[in-house]
Amino acid sequence: MIQPGLVLGVSFGYLLLLVAVAAHGDRRAGQGRSLIDNSFVYALSWGVYCSAWTYFGSVGRAASGGVWFLPIYLGPMLAMLLAWLVLRKMVRIARSYRITSIADFIASRYGKSPLLAALVTLITVVGILPYIALQLKAVSAGYEALTGGPGQDGAAWWRDGTLYMALSLAGFAVVFGTRHLDLSERHEGMVAAIAFESAVKLAAFLAVGVFVTYGLFGGMGDIWARAQAQPQIADLLSLDGQGFQGFHGAQWFTLTLLSMLSVLMLPRQFQMMVVECVNERHILRASWLFPAYLLLINIFVLPIAIGGMLIFGDGGAGAESYVLTLPLSQGAVWLALLAYIGGLSAATGMIIVETVAVSTMVCNDLVMPALLGSGRFARKGGDLTRLLLNIRRAAILLVLLLGYLYFHVAGEAYALVSIGLISFAAVAQFAPALLGGMYWRGATRAGALGGLLGGSLVWAYTLMLPSLARSGWIGAGFLDGPMGLGFLAPQRLFGMAGFDELTHSLFWSLLVNVALYVGLSLRGRASAREASQALLFVEVFERGQAQPVFWRGRARPEDLRRLAGRFLGAARAEALFRDHARETGTALDNLTADARLVDRVERQIAGAIGTASARVMVESVAQEEPLSLGDVLEIIDEASQVRIYARELEEATVELRAANEKLKSLDQLKDDFMSSVTHELRTPLTSIRALTELMLDTPDIQPHERKEFLAIILSESERLSRLVNQVLDLAKIESGMAEWHNTDVDLKALIVAALRATAELFRERGAEVVLDLPDQVPLLLADPDRLTQVLVNLLSNAAKFVPEGRGRVQVALREQGSELVVTVCDNGPGVAPQDQAGVFDKFRQGGEAGNRPQGTGLGLPISRQIIANLGGRIWLDSQPGRGACFGFALPKGGADGR
Amino acid sequence: MADRVLIADDEPNIVVSLSFMLKREGYEVLVAPDGTQALAAIRAERPRLVLLDAAMPGLSGFEVCEAVRADPGLSGIRILMLTAKGRDTDIARGMGAGADAYVTKPFSTRDLIARIREMLA
Repeated sequence: MIQPGLVLGVSFGYLLLLVAVAAHGDRRAGQGRSLIDNSFVYALSWGVYCSAWTYFGSVGRAASGGVWFLPIYLGPMLAMLLAWLVLRKMVRIARSYRITSIADFIASRYGKSPLLAALVTLITVVGILPYIALQLKAVSAGYEALTGGPGQDGAAWWRDGTLYMALSLAGFAVVFGTRHLDLSERHEGMVAAIAFESAVKLAAFLAVGVFVTYGLFGGMGDIWARAQAQPQIADLLSLDGQGFQGFHGAQWFTLTLLSMLSVLMLPRQFQMMVVECVNERHILRASWLFPAYLLLINIFVLPIAIGGMLIFGDGGAGAESYVLTLPLSQGAVWLALLAYIGGLSAATGMIIVETVAVSTMVCNDLVMPALLGSGRFARKGGDLTRLLLNIRRAAILLVLLLGYLYFHVAGEAYALVSIGLISFAAVAQFAPALLGGMYWRGATRAGALGGLLGGSLVWAYTLMLPSLARSGWIGAGFLDGPMGLGFLAPQRLFGMAGFDELTHSLFWSLLVNVALYVGLSLRGRASAREASQALLFVEVFERGQAQPVFWRGRARPEDLRRLAGRFLGAARAEALFRDHARETGTALDNLTADARLVDRVERQIAGAIGTASARVMVESVAQEEPLSLGDVLEIIDEASQVRIYARELEEATVELRAANEKLKSLDQLKDDFMSSVTHELRTPLTSIRALTELMLDTPDIQPHERKEFLAIILSESERLSRLVNQVLDLAKIESGMAEWHNTDVDLKALIVAALRATAELFRERGAEVVLDLPDQVPLLLADPDRLTQVLVNLLSNAAKFVPEGRGRVQVALREQGSELVVTVCDNGPGVAPQDQAGVFDKFRQGGEAGNRPQGTGLGLPISRQIIANLGGRIWLDSQPGRGACFGFALPKGGADGR
Repeated sequence: MADRVLIADDEPNIVVSLSFMLKREGYEVLVAPDGTQALAAIRAERPRLVLLDAAMPGLSGFEVCEAVRADPGLSGIRILMLTAKGRDTDIARGMGAGADAYVTKPFSTRDLIARIREMLA
């Protein structure tokens, strides 16, 4: 046993540490170095899912039902597979429309309905009270287990430690949950403290697990073997044991589904995952870190449960305290104290976040509408931020006190797990309206209201009331059906027996819920506001910045400003209007209250008092024109137009950029071309200038030298003029400025003429020309001069490259299909494979250095241009050492009109 | 004994003019038609000066110049780069490669020979 003073001292010390962590988180946020803008901290904060129920209850459940504790954790793991799709959309929606609670989320989706917001809040409060009681019960049971003390029995209520624990937790929640009004500004300090608590409870639980598994026993295998030796425990663990009989497959499914939904719908999960999300990208990592966390915290559940049963020899209610009593029984006092702190972490984390979330809902969706409804309040001016904060603080205190009351009245009768599941089933009722609303535009407010109401009534009738009946608050006869009507028996509706009460209740409640939701949605017509909100939710990703604003009417900027000032405080309202003026490019004093400004003000106020109340407030200062469904469609159309324009503009920008890149690379090509031309021009000029100068400066030059120099000067001059002509020629063809005189051309006659023109060249080189021409070929439509240019070019190339004295050039003309093909093959050195691709490029000259034939390096590029212009193609076939074979093909019909 | 000068250029007509000019001035002239042969000739013959064309097939003039400067055994060889590319970047590249002088084509033979005398003085 441990002294109560020590336990209380450590507990309060721990709470003070939490305050310090939270204060640090807030300070860092104030400095702009957010502690929680980190996917690990974000994932740890999700660990608030593991409340005292997990910490103590799982072991208890494992001790009574084997692996039955698992579905509660399998569900969230499965849900996380869809996190990137579903959760990210929830976060984006909540961010875009400044939504701060699950009630707000659902109400906003269905036309900002105050009724729906109130209903969701009511269901939440009723559903969540047992859960809060459960946490208080866990802490107080843990305290008793540690101190062996009397607990609250026999002590006056003002001496009850649990009450003071509840009050101090309320204080903590007030300090860190209601500092700012605008809840969409995150509670950085609170999240940091919760993440810290998640780490503490995991560490404490693992410490106990290691202590039991490896300290008290010889490891997992040892525990397992000893469990098998005990028939009662072995039965618990075997697959055909009590945990797996009857319809239990259905119960597994139920529990898994239930926890899948709860991990998204529980107010504290919504708060941590959606409202406190700093950056959407964190979801990606958190969605696998969180399941890993669940896995870790569950590893030692079975070993601890079995270990407890082996040591204490029972599997009853005491099992829920094994985490504390096992170390304690071995004299490990400090470990027991650590385990208690872990449990305290689990309970306080849950309570703080849950009450902050619920207080927001109670304030915005229950209290505010009532206040706004009273005319006096609406007329009164002044800053309301302080009032709103105080309402929230009162709500936190109230919820905790109600939880404490429930704990006193009903808490003793139930195991932790059963209480928790009742709450789970309650929040599961939100699933159809929330998830459906995110993906189905046709869902209506009537459907959501009907589904929620029907589902929660069935939940109350089949789960909540029977539990009260069991504890004696309602006559036991109720369980056999009201007024003896057997088919209405709450746990066997319409004779459906054989399921456990949870599966039974969830089946009927969700069936009624979904049926009403879908049925009423399909039957009714959505109002304009519902239709517009549906669009904003379902297409939140598609719209981006160009969101349509569904508002039409007249308002005065000073009214809006006064309204914003009342709910946001003067400074924030001022900043809001200044931002708007800057973004729209108007002076602050000239602002007109157009739809965008009204929408902006409404969204900001929504962050403070919820979307439904914000709507009512804006209506009170503006003369609105009610929108018809047609108007909504029109606005959507306009917005789509804007989107289309924006997309077109974007595409045009991309095209322009591509064109610019192309121009740049063309510019580069031109630069390279100019540089090459310059080089080619300078080379002959160099010889001409140098030789002329030398002749001038050398009066006694030998006659044969003078003759040689003059010959070189002449040939270099010819090379220069050839080059100039060809550059101009190429430029003309490339730019499309060349004139083409197409007539009917006999290709055979052209070849013969070209051979006559180059005959001298071949004779000089001592080369033989072999002709292979058909008797007759069809006429072509082409420019004969250009074609001759190509033929002469190919022939003179061949003449240049054949070996001196034993050259042999074959010229062939063929009719192949729809084309006429000309080939000119030589027996020169050929072209190396790596050079073949470049032979048609400008200024690529073949041949060995020093004895390279005089050429410009433009003959083949020009030939290629000509052939391409005539609609044909030109190519080279060559194997080094076996000559080069140039060929071109022209379509028989001729070029298409050029 | 006459100074030995290597002409490395792939344009035969330019080689004709340069070698006439150098012989007239009394230098001993060697000729290489591409970069690879130029480097071999430099190693074998140790000319005092190399007139090096920048754009040659095989090794370019820049590469030959860098190879000569990287070889401690070839220190003291003067290099004059000749090039038909006269852009600033080309000149910078030639100087970066370690040439002693850089002359663009077309050049004046009078200026060139004055420059050569100066370098060999």
